Amino acid sequence: MTRLVLRRFASALPILLMVSLITFALMRLVPGDPSAVIAGLSATPEQIAAIRADLGLDQPWPVQLWRWYAGLLHGDLGRSLLLGQPVVEATFLRLPVTLALSAYALVITLLFGLIAGIIAALRQNSWVDQAAMLAAMLGISVPSFWLGLLMILLFAVNLHWLPTGGYIAFTDDPLGWLRTSTMPAISLALLQAGLLARITRSTMLEVLRQDYIRTARAKGLPRHLVIFKHALTNALIPITTVIGITVSLLISASVVTETLFSIPGIGQLLTQAVLNRDYPMVQGGLLIVTALLVLVNLIVDIGYALLDPRVRYDTA
Amino acid sequence: MTPLEVGAQAQGEASAEAPGSRRRPFVATLGRLLRHRLFLTGLCLFGIIVLAAAFAPIIAPEDPNRLAMRFKFLPPGAEYPFGTDNFGRSQWSRVIYGAQLSIAMGLAVVALNAVFGTLIGALAGYFRRLDDPIMRVNDALMAFPAILLAIGITAVLGPSTIDAVIALAIAYIPRTARIVRASVIVLREMEYVQAAIAAGAGHWRILRHHILPNAMAPLIVQLSFLFAYAVLSEATLSFLGLGAVPPTPTWGNIMAQGRQYMTEAPWIITIPGVALMITVLGLNLLGDGLRDVLDPRLRVQP
Repeated sequence: MTRLVLRRFASALPILLMVSLITFALMRLVPGDPSAVIAGLSATPEQIAAIRADLGLDQPWPVQLWRWYAGLLHGDLGRSLLLGQPVVEATFLRLPVTLALSAYALVITLLFGLIAGIIAALRQNSWVDQAAMLAAMLGISVPSFWLGLLMILLFAVNLHWLPTGGYIAFTDDPLGWLRTSTMPAISLALLQAGLLARITRSTMLEVLRQDYIRTARAKGLPRHLVIFKHALTNALIPITTVIGITVSLLISASVVTETLFSIPGIGQLLTQAVLNRDYPMVQGGLLIVTALLVLVNLIVDIGYALLDPRVRYDTA
Repeated sequence: MTPLEVGAQAQGEASAEAPGSRRRPFVATLGRLLRHRLFLTGLCLFGIIVLAAAFAPIIAPEDPNRLAMRFKFLPPGAEYPFGTDNFGRSQWSRVIYGAQLSIAMGLAVVALNAVFGTLIGALAGYFRRLDDPIMRVNDALMAFPAILLAIGITAVLGPSTIDAVIALAIAYIPRTARIVRASVIVLREMEYVQAAIAAGAGHWRILRHHILPNAMAPLIVQLSFLFAYAVLSEATLSFLGLGAVPPTPTWGNIMAQGRQYMTEAPWIITIPGVALMITVLGLNLLGDGLRDVLDPRLRVQP
């Protein structure tokens, strides 16, 4: 077991190294002089030179690379130009907001996706199945930010049930958090729930066709026992891997949802950074989020190996 | 809309081989596609948008950028089928020209993926020595969430139509490459390919004539779903202000601008969203149909 975990960690390391190299390279590919872009049109050459020195762009690139990795090891990814805050601090201050929202959306996704998928598979070809799959198809086709806009229009502007935007932390006021997070979480979850319902249905159908299910039914086990004990537990194993992808997609979708609902999370932070050409913030934020997602996938991967005794990755 | 034939999807119509399919595989495949109701529904939905985009100057003669402040915030009616915005611009024209841009950008992203995804995937899958270095970079690029990577690249390149296409292409090419590589690795070990190698065929010939034609099915399925993602992601980028710069109409930036007037003119945000949804729904249905007919093994995947 320990060997498995260690091996998985070891395989994630080169990816993290490459990810950090790509984020480093990305910001060096800015056409022209990023310092001039940051300083603005009316800046004097001295001001531009000061910014360049501040960003370390006056150094040859091997020195910049060395500083980048030295900083990484110290947890220092530079300072946000827009906020004046260290990038790491700014990111980790907003991370809980995005994570709470994603967790809420994940709960909605699992609830609707799994239930719809399982029911559709059990009632294959019935109207329930067709309705569930039509809903799932619409779910993966409706743009999440548009759904968000429509919800704001209906529930906030017209009915005044929920606020149009803003955010209240769960620790400050759980009910307020629920009021500010419900619409964003639904708009985030819709696409994922649709995807999950489709995958759950086809995985469940595949399992239900297996011989051991027929055997279980033939020996007279009650239907619910066969479904929940034999079919579902086995169908859930491949579905687990999807959850890693879901978390990654939820966090990336939060970029537009947070901007739409004015929620101060990572997504809004990165969008603002991009719009204001806050290069250190974009670079550091992108790196931290991606590194976190690599870790999430690593954990899911290990969980998968634990759930499925056939997978031991001995050859990996 | 007709009720979706979900059952047909699960059963995989492809298993029922039409007679004569061996002689004319293309015609047989086309016939199966045209009997697939999901595919046909998707074709109709997507067709409407493509036709609107293609004939934009005829069906929307009014300049999408013509300002007419006297006519601002007119609700949809006979004169302006989709109403007007805060500058009195015809939303009918803006949504239809927006379709043109969405389709063109989606197509560009798909084309770039078809070329570079195939190239990278084929190199990695066919030449074992290249596999490791290529896939290292590829996996790292895939570790970035696609839309975040696209946003990061837009930060570097600056907001514009072309740069958004490049950003989205870079974000999605690793995913396409991985799919092509997977097919190539399987095909490379097939006996007929080994026979071709033994017969002294060159690498280029083997790839072009023996491997890539057989790797097309999963690629085509992937590209049709990618088209949907690309259209959706482009709308997202331009909604955030990172795509085509106004006044060029895109569905995303029309909605972004209409947001502040949503109480007095809700049609500004609703209609482009419907157009976007029809496009994405149509492409997803096309993708489902293609997957059922071309590659029933892929059914399990999203």
